[in-house]
Amino acid sequence: MSVQRRHVLIAAAGTLALPTARATPEAMAAAVREFTGGAPVRDGGVLFDIAPLVENGNTVPITVSVDSPMTAADHVKEIGLFNEMNPQTLIAIFGLGPRAGRASVSTRIRLSTSQKLVAIAKMSDGSLRRHQVEVLVTIAACTEG
Amino acid sequence: MMQRFVGLLLVIAGTAVADERRSGFDFMSPPLQAMQRDDTQNPAMLAVQDGAALWAQRPDGAKSCADCHGDAARSMRGVAARYPRFDAAGGRPVDLSMRIEQCRVQQQNASPLPNEHPDRLALEAHVALASRGLPIAPDPDPRLAPFRGRGEALFNRRIGQLDLACSHCHDQRAGARLGGSTIPQGHATGYPVYRLEWQGLGSLQRRLRNCMSGVRAEPMPFDSTGIVELELFLARRATGMTVDAPAVRP
Amino acid sequence: MARVLITLPRSARLGEVVEIRTLLSHPMESGQRTDAEGRLIPRDIVRQFSCRYDGELVFSARLDTPIAVNPYIAFFTVAQATGTLVFAWEGDNGFRQTESRTLTVA
Repeated sequence: MSVQRRHVLIAAAGTLALPTARATPEAMAAAVREFTGGAPVRDGGVLFDIAPLVENGNTVPITVSVDSPMTAADHVKEIGLFNEMNPQTLIAIFGLGPRAGRASVSTRIRLSTSQKLVAIAKMSDGSLRRHQVEVLVTIAACTEG
Repeated sequence: MMQRFVGLLLVIAGTAVADERRSGFDFMSPPLQAMQRDDTQNPAMLAVQDGAALWAQRPDGAKSCADCHGDAARSMRGVAARYPRFDAAGGRPVDLSMRIEQCRVQQQNASPLPNEHPDRLALEAHVALASRGLPIAPDPDPRLAPFRGRGEALFNRRIGQLDLACSHCHDQRAGARLGGSTIPQGHATGYPVYRLEWQGLGSLQRRLRNCMSGVRAEPMPFDSTGIVELELFLARRATGMTVDAPAVRP
Repeated sequence: MARVLITLPRSARLGEVVEIRTLLSHPMESGQRTDAEGRLIPRDIVRQFSCRYDGELVFSARLDTPIAVNPYIAFFTVAQATGTLVFAWEGDNGFRQTESRTLTVA
């Protein structure tokens, strides 16, 4: 469905407004830089588990998990989730630690449109790991009208 | 159409024929199925908790639902699976939500609540949960027959600017794609439903009104005879399928 | 008090990694939607979630508007001594809710 048609549908719905501001890939890059402090980030070791095709962007179940023994010496300190097209770039920042036992968090997010998402894990040794995903968001048929 | 064909085969052959009917659950992605299947994750369970509290509540000194009906899990077992039912006083069928509202207003002297009010949906969810896992078993009351017939006629009638009948999408094209969504068969097994599009719980009537908007037809008014007739036909069409209320749907 | 659903095992072995699931009834109004009159509905979201195990922070979450309505957060913690888990949500308009559950550790 083209972006134009989607805008018309949203306007017709009456209760939703087109967001006046929209995050951009640049905004996501900036937010990620703020989280990482500009330190180098390596791909891998993190899994951002999300359906590649989303039936409804209002509620999207996700799980993010990091390969880590979660010991005092070697654990995940934080996981940051970012998106590139929602009005707000930051989704969440989770604080973990050795008492977590397993670096895996599940939640539900909302996505305004098809876009890239990224999960970044900050490890106890200062290293950073990343997983970027691309998600197709479809609109439900037959809504309030 | 498909439902009648299967029914006819069953009657003639007297042997089991593969039932091709599928719940909307089967058309969802695994993450959404997990959301519904697990009571610790299903957002509708929040409303069920509210419903349980309302069930036990005595509004302004009047009786609570529990005072007459006891434990809903026991007394309401099978009830949702039978609705819509004939209301003698009104001379027409009513659905479960309307019946609960009648009870609230007449037996508890409670003020009427608008359709889709969270309290009405919560009570309906609480009652519907007591039928979860049971087969849909519409009331065989013969007085329902003419209403059901009109419901079936509506299901097969072209309506709206898009000039489509329910059967065009939900009988003929179930499994195909409409935009990015897969078209389900439209069996109302899980109501009230937590619809992600609504970001909350809603009734079958609300969903049917959305369908009508979807084909650019004037949605039938809430609690109108016409909309309950359609619910009545849908219940017959889903006879024998398992109640999975309160469901999650996109 | 908002309705909440918290799931944790009835009991756990010492050292076992257990999953905790939380589901909170909350509108998570994004601040992007408009009402029927076209006025912007102000933002009203949960901003912070934490879990403390006998007083020690074992999990935290800073949430922003892309978190969906009725926020669901599931995470893990290591079962240590039998103790109290305190869950706290905080958000816009002074929203504050705390729930306690006991984790029994054999």
